[in-house]
Amino acid sequence: MPVSTTSQGLPVWRRRTTRAQWLQYLAWLMGVSLFLICWKMISDNTMWVFVEDAGRQGADLISRKMPPEWGYANVLWKPMWDTLNIATLGTLLGIIMAFPIAFLAARNTTPHPLVRSIALMVIVSSRSINSLIWAMLLVTILGPGVLAGIIAIALRSIGFVGKLLYESIEEIHPTPVEAISATGASRLQVMNYGVLPQIMPAFAGISVYRWDINIRESTVLGLVGAGGIGLQLNASINSLAWDQVSVIFVMIFVTVLVSEWISARVRHAIM
Amino acid sequence: MSEPMDVLTARQQAAQRGQWRRLPLIDSPRLRWGIVVAVVVYLILALASVEVDWERVAEGAGRALNFLGAFMQPDFISRYDDILEGLLESLTMTLTSTVLGVLLAIPVGLGAARNISPLPVYFVCRAIIAVSRTFQEVIIAILFVVMFGFGPLAGMITLAFATIGFMAKLLAEDIEDLDWRQVEAVRATGASWGQTMNHAIQPQVMPRLIGLSMYRLDINFRESSVIGIVGAGGIGATLDTSLSRYEYDTSAAILLIIIAIVLLCEYSSSHVRRWTQ
Repeated sequence: MPVSTTSQGLPVWRRRTTRAQWLQYLAWLMGVSLFLICWKMISDNTMWVFVEDAGRQGADLISRKMPPEWGYANVLWKPMWDTLNIATLGTLLGIIMAFPIAFLAARNTTPHPLVRSIALMVIVSSRSINSLIWAMLLVTILGPGVLAGIIAIALRSIGFVGKLLYESIEEIHPTPVEAISATGASRLQVMNYGVLPQIMPAFAGISVYRWDINIRESTVLGLVGAGGIGLQLNASINSLAWDQVSVIFVMIFVTVLVSEWISARVRHAIM
Repeated sequence: MSEPMDVLTARQQAAQRGQWRRLPLIDSPRLRWGIVVAVVVYLILALASVEVDWERVAEGAGRALNFLGAFMQPDFISRYDDILEGLLESLTMTLTSTVLGVLLAIPVGLGAARNISPLPVYFVCRAIIAVSRTFQEVIIAILFVVMFGFGPLAGMITLAFATIGFMAKLLAEDIEDLDWRQVEAVRATGASWGQTMNHAIQPQVMPRLIGLSMYRLDINFRESSVIGIVGAGGIGATLDTSLSRYEYDTSAAILLIIIAIVLLCEYSSSHVRRWTQ
């Protein structure tokens, strides 16, 4: 316990040793200077003339958005349906692909360490690349449309679902697995009766959670041409029809809130 | 309790006859089949409404091969300056936005925890969280680019705003779950509100707060690579340009750099989390 002595020779409790205290000061100094350097770089790359204008621009933006052009909502039902489809079908495709990859990536079910590292590589690269980037790539390959959006969402979901699922496979209870293998079950039977029932609730929960995230992500895929309500958003922004933009925002807001509520309810029921 | 026992004995007898079946995931048969039917109907409707231009897909297949080829030989050199600039911008945006976002999220998170804040404050803070979490970063970026002009400042504000919702929500949940006895103990000594926060609540949530900040740093970097598409600075703009110029080898290089940095972030954040917990 770090103790210092007063001039009268009495011991005084202190929280840290002198060394730890100095190291902490140093860490703070480094952290703060790093932040300031970064801030300096950002401010060098900023046109402050535009920023001074921000309040007026914001007020202008709000005044243009009001009142929302509610009639425009009729045009939006089809794109909204597309958005929901991109998210749902993309999630389905993603979890179908993520399921085997998670088994290959989990330490206790993988056939070989080499396979495991390849599966982990797939998971990491899918996770690091944002669905919007996947969409940009796929639009150049598949052409604009809903299909590119679905596949983009699926590719991004593999990493997320795969990672959470393989972690929950690694955390399963080993006793049912041992019991099943003691009956002489084959490897697949062990997976089917020993591992699968234990991870099913987690799998369902993860999938619903990803679906809810995907709804949010699929609202912007249209900005790069991958279908859905983002296309409409892009068109309205480009034509500076801010009253339409606010209708789109309201629709996105409601959809995302509803999907989040559904996902929370389902996860609550499962877990 | 008698009914489950009946079901259990029935299952055991069936198993002795050799007709054992595993328990279904969803107990009620009506709900189970209802879900199956609903899923099938939805899939038919959804797949029918997906229009695919197969000719265009066939045309693009060649580009897919080009792209795979480019991944085999990424080109870091020819656009070196642009990549470096974009990357630095992304990294600085990530760091500053995470710091600012977390600092701003702390008061919002305190306000959004039902057990320590009055009802009006609770509603205001929950509304802030809902707005910040519902809209995807790119949508927020569009608005901030209109307000603050092109460049990393708009991106930084966007990411900070998104961080507020994320961190505040998780922080509030954490505070709602905390061990209330410690708060009572500190209050019993006559501590003021600030002292209660500092000595009863902060020590309980700090490890998770640090872990979440690291996680958010990671997310912010990934997001900073896309908000450039709408003009909010960072590597996204470089990537977008290289893709639209069909310079796939440069795009591949950028993607590989992003993957590498995310890996590095993840690795170090798991270290930090292990160290704080």
